[in-house]
Amino acid sequence: MIRFVLAAALATLAIGASPAGAAPSPSDLEAELVCPTCKTTLDQSDAPVARRMKQIIRAQLAAGATEAEIKADLVDQFGPGVLAEPPKSGLDLLAWVVPLGLLGVGVIGVGAVAWAWSRHRHDEQPYGEPETVLDPALERRVDDELDRFDG
Amino acid sequence: MTGTAQRVGQAIALVVVAALLGLLVWKVAFDREGGAAAELADGRAVAAPAFTLDRLDRDGQLSMASLRGKAVVVNFWASWCVPCRDEAPVLQETYERYRDRGLVVLGVDVNDFRQDARKFLRRFGVTYPVVYDGKGSTVGRWGVRAFPETFFVDRSGKLVGERIAGAVDIARNRAAYERGVARALGDTP
Repeated sequence: MIRFVLAAALATLAIGASPAGAAPSPSDLEAELVCPTCKTTLDQSDAPVARRMKQIIRAQLAAGATEAEIKADLVDQFGPGVLAEPPKSGLDLLAWVVPLGLLGVGVIGVGAVAWAWSRHRHDEQPYGEPETVLDPALERRVDDELDRFDG
Repeated sequence: MTGTAQRVGQAIALVVVAALLGLLVWKVAFDREGGAAAELADGRAVAAPAFTLDRLDRDGQLSMASLRGKAVVVNFWASWCVPCRDEAPVLQETYERYRDRGLVVLGVDVNDFRQDARKFLRRFGVTYPVVYDGKGSTVGRWGVRAFPETFFVDRSGKLVGERIAGAVDIARNRAAYERGVARALGDTP
């Protein structure tokens, strides 16, 4: 069963991943680029400049341009804001690292608070120790009674 | 958790809340979303926002500061904008008529493809200077909301007249356009 699930997962990943070097489809690129006037992705925009960008993307793809070349040309014309996702290099890397860093700090902080809180509770009510100690004479009498009951 | 740690945590939380409150106050008090256009509409004297951009009509750059001492008609446009095509002949005519009196029409091509913009200049016989702002870096500071829009700058570098939203050739805008040109030239106060 586990083998079947793993095989299915690997097959799904293999279908989802595009082979390296394959030409992107226009719709793929349109989902990754932003219209500079309306700030939505091209596939959701019908603004005049978005329509023109779609035309140019299709023309460049037909001429054999790669995804990287098309994106580089659009960044040259409209700036890096035309990319739906910031590049993973230079200062733009901060857009990826900072949220993950903050998430990590948050997780560590919550963990630290929870640990400190549990220790605090532990100090208040230590487990394993009786709240009251029986008088030795009373304890002997309880043992005697238990022996008599068992015997 | 010890009492000291609790107090440090509370102090940090207070500082964060105070900083967020400060940002909110600053945003409400000082941030002008409408840019220079909003200040002009409020009747305040406002300097034309500065920029230095690559020229489309030739090599090199052009800055607003270099036009100090001239009357300037600043026209924000794009080749994909249909009304921009209609008004181009009017802007060209203004440039030709008043150039000898020190008036410059300056086109700012925004959010456009360079090759499309250059085709536009050739098609409409534009000879006035045009700069390229593909990223739209001027839009926020000038308060441009749509294309085309036109502003007037006097010889001291101040915005004068009205911001014209839409093509300058249409009846609704024509009188304001002529008043703006006259004010930029200093013909009317």
